[in-house]
Amino acid sequence: MRIWQGIFKKRSMRLGLLALAALTASGAADPAVAGENLADIARSVDLVWMLLGGFLVFWMQAGFALVESGFTRAKNAVNIIAKNLMDFALGCPFYFIIGYGLMFGADKLGLIGTSNFALNGVTDMWDIGFFFFQAMFAATAATIVSGAMAERTQFKAYLFYTVFISAFIYPVVGHWIWGGGWLAEKGFLDFAGSTVVHSVGGWAALTGAIFLGPRIGKYTPDGRSKAIPGHNIPLAALGVFILWFGWFGFNGGSTIAATNWNISLVLVTTTLAAAAGTCGALFYSWIRFGKPDIAMALNGALAGLVSITAPAYDVSAVSSLIIGLIGGVLVVAAVEFIDKVLHVDDPVGAVSVHAVCGVWGTIALGLFAESQYGNGVSGLFFGGGLSQLLVQLEGIIVVAVWTIAASAAVFTVAKYLIGLRASREEELKGLDITEHGQEAYAGFEIFSNE
Amino acid sequence: MKLITAIIQPEKLPDVKQALFDVDVHKMTVSNVIGAGQQKGYTENYRGVVSEVNLLKKVRIEIAVNDNFVDKTVEAVIKGARTGKIGDGKIFITDLKECIRIRTKETGKDAIG
Repeated sequence: MRIWQGIFKKRSMRLGLLALAALTASGAADPAVAGENLADIARSVDLVWMLLGGFLVFWMQAGFALVESGFTRAKNAVNIIAKNLMDFALGCPFYFIIGYGLMFGADKLGLIGTSNFALNGVTDMWDIGFFFFQAMFAATAATIVSGAMAERTQFKAYLFYTVFISAFIYPVVGHWIWGGGWLAEKGFLDFAGSTVVHSVGGWAALTGAIFLGPRIGKYTPDGRSKAIPGHNIPLAALGVFILWFGWFGFNGGSTIAATNWNISLVLVTTTLAAAAGTCGALFYSWIRFGKPDIAMALNGALAGLVSITAPAYDVSAVSSLIIGLIGGVLVVAAVEFIDKVLHVDDPVGAVSVHAVCGVWGTIALGLFAESQYGNGVSGLFFGGGLSQLLVQLEGIIVVAVWTIAASAAVFTVAKYLIGLRASREEELKGLDITEHGQEAYAGFEIFSNE
Repeated sequence: MKLITAIIQPEKLPDVKQALFDVDVHKMTVSNVIGAGQQKGYTENYRGVVSEVNLLKKVRIEIAVNDNFVDKTVEAVIKGARTGKIGDGKIFITDLKECIRIRTKETGKDAIG
């Protein structure tokens, strides 16, 4: 008791001293000193907000891991977790050594950055914190791909690919748009990464899924698509909630400043779009398939979130509802189209969520932006004409072409160097036993005969 | 009437099903079972420690057929399940005394077909 009192006394004394110091600072005769102190505090608050955003974006890794394992079969759950763990653990160091410099280093011709590799010469603590924040985003782009390539990819090949997206493919796009590159110069806007992060992940996912081909038993010889249900919907749902929560850091943190009160708008548009996306997917699937499909509704929440990621800073709350709703309907239509028409097997809908809705979100900024908000630009529907929309479209196309070409090159090399696809026997037995020698649910007698 | 019971590798079930469908055998009962045969077992790795698993996961297929379907069915199961390695499984054929369809109370040949 006495010890506690002692500590309390000491504490309050120290607090008193601090208060006194603050008083003398602010109440002092020199207002310049007071102003400097306030600016310091503001900058500290900004730093904390940015780092907090980074924490939340990191937590999205957990969301992806759960969504992807829930939407796939029990016999591959260990493998999915291994991929989600390793694309961060391997991608992060490579982003540190190469990627960050390409993305935010000194600009060369608007195409790539050329300094700050391995944080060389970066000494300012703000800049080091900024690297932390950006590394979490790079990991998000990388981890999107594992879902589309689930249940049939060789683990080695996936590790090989993940190094390239983190070190090279993603940072180059990042430089064009966020690092002061040529698209940024043209006025292309992507607030938190509908294009930079999600489309890059989504296009790479599409390329990977095409290179691999469908899982055994996914399509009948006469071309009918068969469902391969995921093994744990509650796990997938938890993953979606975690992603939704993490998105508050993904979008909210992207102001990189707590003193920028537009955060409030960003968080409102993010939430409303996610809710509307969920509704859009649920009700559209209900009408289309006769039952409210909860797996689709979960994808719908992510669709709404991806759709609002680019325009979150520049559109009204009402517009965000429309953007999210369209994203939710779009994701269901895209899942059907990619599966039944293109015959590309994407077990978790990663291409529909991240590429299709990433594109939609980037276009939506060109349609719904209002000059009274963040960037001060107007889209087509608010008197801004076509100019912003055209820039957005240009960015979308260039990023798609670059990502598909670059990842196709990486997958081709992987295919001939290490082999991309697991053998038929490995795939049928499950990658958990064949690749890792482990089961996800040991002792639970999970049989794997599909 | 015969009851054909086949024990096969789980991952061969899609192939066996396809082979059976190809010869017009569509009715079957499939269960997940565990058991030990000549294959003895396999090893799992957990946190650096190897554990021997003796009872293996297998799939049991039971098919009741009329006598003229026995050969086709057996051939189809073999076609689908055979890899030539130890562990491919076994087929047992037993006489079937009676078969009754619950819905119609039909018996024998009609009930099976």
